[in-house]
Order: sequence, then structure tokens, then C-alpha cells
Amino acid sequence: MVRVDGKGTESLVEIRSLDKKYRRGGEEIDVLRGLNLDVDQGEFIAFMGPSGSGKTTLLNLIGGLDVPTAGTIRVAGDEIGALSGRKLAAWRARHIGFIFQMYNLIPVLTAFQNVQLPLLLTGLSKSDRREHVEAALELVGLTDRMHHYPRQLSGGQEQRVAIARAIVADPTILLCDEPTGDLDRASGDEILAIISRLSREFRKTIFLVTHDPVAAERAGTLLHLDKGTLLECAADGRVACKPEDRKR
Amino acid sequence: MKFLHLVLVNLRRKKTRTALTIGSFTVALFLFGILATIKSALGSGVDVAGADRLVVRNRVSLIQPLPIAYRDQILRLPHVEEATFATWFGGYYQDMKNFFPNFAIDVPNWRRVYPEYKFSDEEWRAFAEDREGCVISPPLAKRFGWKIGDRIPLEATIWAGTWELNVRAIYETDRRELTSPELWFHYEYLDERRSFWKGFVGWYTVKIDDPGNAVEAAEAIDDRFANSPFETKTETEKAFAAGFANQIGNIRLLILSIGSVVFFTLLLVTGNAMASAVRERTGELAVLKTIGMNDLTVLSLVMAEAIAVAAVGGGAGLVLAKLFTLRGDPTGGMLANFYLSPRNLALGFALALAAGAAAGILPALGAMRLRIVDALRRV
Repeated sequence: MVRVDGKGTESLVEIRSLDKKYRRGGEEIDVLRGLNLDVDQGEFIAFMGPSGSGKTTLLNLIGGLDVPTAGTIRVAGDEIGALSGRKLAAWRARHIGFIFQMYNLIPVLTAFQNVQLPLLLTGLSKSDRREHVEAALELVGLTDRMHHYPRQLSGGQEQRVAIARAIVADPTILLCDEPTGDLDRASGDEILAIISRLSREFRKTIFLVTHDPVAAERAGTLLHLDKGTLLECAADGRVACKPEDRKR
Repeated sequence: MKFLHLVLVNLRRKKTRTALTIGSFTVALFLFGILATIKSALGSGVDVAGADRLVVRNRVSLIQPLPIAYRDQILRLPHVEEATFATWFGGYYQDMKNFFPNFAIDVPNWRRVYPEYKFSDEEWRAFAEDREGCVISPPLAKRFGWKIGDRIPLEATIWAGTWELNVRAIYETDRRELTSPELWFHYEYLDERRSFWKGFVGWYTVKIDDPGNAVEAAEAIDDRFANSPFETKTETEKAFAAGFANQIGNIRLLILSIGSVVFFTLLLVTGNAMASAVRERTGELAVLKTIGMNDLTVLSLVMAEAIAVAAVGGGAGLVLAKLFTLRGDPTGGMLANFYLSPRNLALGFALALAAGAAAGILPALGAMRLRIVDALRRV
């Protein structure tokens, strides 16, 4: 279940009265304002909205990459704001998988080595790590390219490696920031198919930021962000209602 | 160790930059190795000086002599157990470029003051009984191919003429610092033939009962000869050797100055290279943090790169320096113990690692403090 009225209980992700302000050139900009969100395990949510509406900021806050100006974010029982430094890094390694628009692979590492990176932070043995990496690469259909470097892969293949890297440590949540934004339609569809499968078959909780209505259609819930406020929408992208009177 | 591969591939990304940075370390540590070798060669006398020995010389200068009669008077002073003397001869073999240290020594008392030089009794007796006999060190024997029984002509520089000597003994020692190319012969032979300063010696070496009495014994000696035409200056053998080494300038300061400039330049070069490397990888570092790498690990990765460069470059420089010193004294006798010791090798390597760490710390701290969202925004 997904709620935006702040009345959910025992959700995987609980966001309450979230504010985020940036200071730019002496001016304070409200990016997120009093945002509430409850998301249960296994939900696939797409965020849409105009540029600067706070989509990526919200994703960063959920992933513990940024800190809110006010409000709380609780993920799997942990309040992220209470974590810092080493604990926050360990929490991120355990719970969060990121997929970026520009893939962000390490160019001097092969696909296998890129995917293995999150596992180097765990206590897994070399053979266990190998097993996990091969499973992740198989899931994204790239076992035959595991020893290729990013420069030897197409954009779609690079993004599939990035997905394998995001899921290899079996995180609770996948955060996808415009994962198809730099791809052609065919490659983008492949990526979306993999992400949908992760939601459907592996019950991953997925947050997808996109400008693409086709991509957003894959999500079970579409939320529209505008001027720092969340609006729940129908699956076709239309704003269904205002947050204050919407119940689901 | 799990991240070793990442460190190595990062170093291989910009091969030219890495090679040049490693090369800077190689040159710097080669220079360090050579300077350290020169310093220890010049100061080797200081290292071998006995704690229970004092050197008595003319108060005016080392080149001014002292009367031979002083020996008996010194022996009567408190804490003095034995005394011997020597005089600098300054001869050379065939050509000035074949110069090596040579002294006229007090043969009857010499071994009691310098027990560290070993001889067979037979050889020493042969030397003692031959007024034209001489003792040579193993490096000198090796340098000119001399052996016992050879007759050697030495050209005098202070006193005139050619002085012929018979090689009667080659001393042995298990201390490397004592094996400089040198020659000793009889003081009686010198005093008999020379035209001036007859009855005078260059300096005395005095063995005392306890190193703890060195100050008292030195004061007693200098007081004894105060206000005489040949006043003395007595100091420990270590201080004397250090003073001797410093005659050609403050080597320590010189080496320290050169070393400091080289290492400071090295810090700037390496620091700049590491800063560039971190700047180019801002986005990647952010990704590593995103996947859960903590700040300390990120700092360690950057530091490891800087230290690896230092270790490889520094190690290569020290190996080259060691190979260079293995060829022996390049000055033909001025730097007898031209030897890069394990201690100096270890010190050099530690300095290289420290320079690597110092050069890497600022870029590493920058990487550690990198805010993920800011860095990702730059990608």
C-alpha cells in the first residue's frame, strides 16, 4: 500500500513532514515541503514531475545520500536522520541499491568487478562473491559479457551492469534515477522490463524517478511531485486528486 | 586487501602520470641513498670511536704538533690507563690520485689502545721488528694488489723524498667501518728521517679507566699543559672524529638541506598528482560511497594509492643507490666506507612512505569529505 496522507502504520518506508531547503546565492529554495509518504514492501512507485520539483532530492533523501532540513524518514525501522558516518554507510550497503541515469560504472573495472564492488564491503568469501555476481549478471542477461569493460558495452548493457551492481547485495529498496533517460526506446524497454521483473518476482520495493510516461506506466503507483508537494496520480499520469483529500 | 585490485587499476589509468610520479620518488630516494652514504662515510670515524678513549691535540689546531714528552706526563694523570700517539704523514703512492690515509704510529703501545684491530702475533712481531715495516688494511691491499713482503715507495707531501716501506702485516677486523684503505708505519722511522718537528707527534690517544670519567680526565690533561708553549685540547674520540669530519664543512646540514628541498619538491609533485587523480574520479568516489563504502575506507583507498607510488618509486631509488654504492668508493679513497647500510635503506624507505602519506593526505581528506549529492551532480 502507498499513502501520501501520513496516516500509514508499520510501512517499510515512512516519511513524515519532510522539508528540504537549499541555499543558493543567498536565496533559500524550498525543494520539498511537508511531504508525507508511506510505502509497503514490494511496491513499485514512479515519481514524475517537472525539473526542479524535487524528485531526485526525494530519492537522495530516501537513500540517505542527503539530509532533510526537517521531518523524518524511517526505512525498515531505522530512522535515517539518526544515522551518520560509518553507520549510515553500512545501512546504505544493506538496504539501498542505486541505479543512475549515467550508469556510473567504474571504467577501469570489468562488468564482473563493477558488480562485485558492493560485496567487497561484506564478509562474503571470494567464491560466494563470485556466485552472487554471476547470479546478478545472469538475471540481467549479461553472463557472456562479464569480463568486458564498460567501454566495450552498449549503453543498455552498461545500465544492465549497473542494475546487477544495485541488486547484487540483495538490498531492501531500489532507487532508480531516470534509468532510461540516456537510452533509446528499445534499450530503455529492456531496462524497464528488468526493473519490473525485480518488483514482480523478487518483491523489491522500487522508487523510480522518470520524465517518461511510458516508463512510469510500469509502476504500480504513480506519484506526481510539484513544487515540493506529492500528489498521487492515476497510472496514466493524470493527477488524481489533491493530497489532503486522497485516501487509498 | 580486497581493494588492492582497485588501488592498482586506479594507478594504471594514467600510466604516464603514475610513471612520472614514481620516477620522482626514484630520483629523490636515489639521491637520499647517495647522500646518506656520503654522510656515513665521512662520519664513519665517529661511529667507531671508543667511548673510553680521549684524543689530545694541540689547542691551536690539529695540524700543530705536540711534544713526544707529553706521553709520560699524561700517563701519570688520574684515570689514564694507557696512551699512544700518531702523526699524519700524508704520503701517496706513485701519483697524487693514489692518495690514502697514512700515519706514523707509536708501535709499542698501539695495540693496547686499539684492540679492535686484529693481527696474527707473527705478523705484528715482523712489523715491530722492522723499522721500515708497515701495516696495511685489507681494502688497501686489494686496491693496489699489495701483499706481505712487498716494498712500497711512498712520496711524502709534508716531508721531502720517497719513503720505502715493507708490508709486514695486514690487519683484520669484523667491523666494516674499520676497513678503510690506510697504512701505518713506525714513528721512529719518520722521526729519524724528517727534517723538522723532530720529537713531536700529531696527537695522542688516551685510554681511560671509565667513560664516566672522560670529562674529569680531559680537564686534568688540559690543565696539566695549560700556559705551556703547546697547550692541549682534549676531547672524546667521538667528538674528535666528528670535528675531523666537519673540517670540510657542516656535512650534516648540507645533506639535510638538500634532502629537505628534494622531499618538499616531492611532496608538491606527488600531492598535485594525487589531487588531480581524486578530482578526475569525484563521481566514482561518490558512487563508491553510494554503494556503502564509508569515509574511512575511501580515505584509505586514496592513501593506499599515494603510498603504493611512494613504495615502488622509493624502493626502486634505494635499489639503484645500493647498486651504485656496491661499485665502491667513487673518489678513490676520500670516502673509504662508501656503503649504504641496511639502517639507511630502512630509513630511506620509511621516509618515502612518510612522503607518500603526507602527499596523499590532503587529497584523501578531500575524497573522504566528499558529499555524495554534490559529487553526483558534477558527473
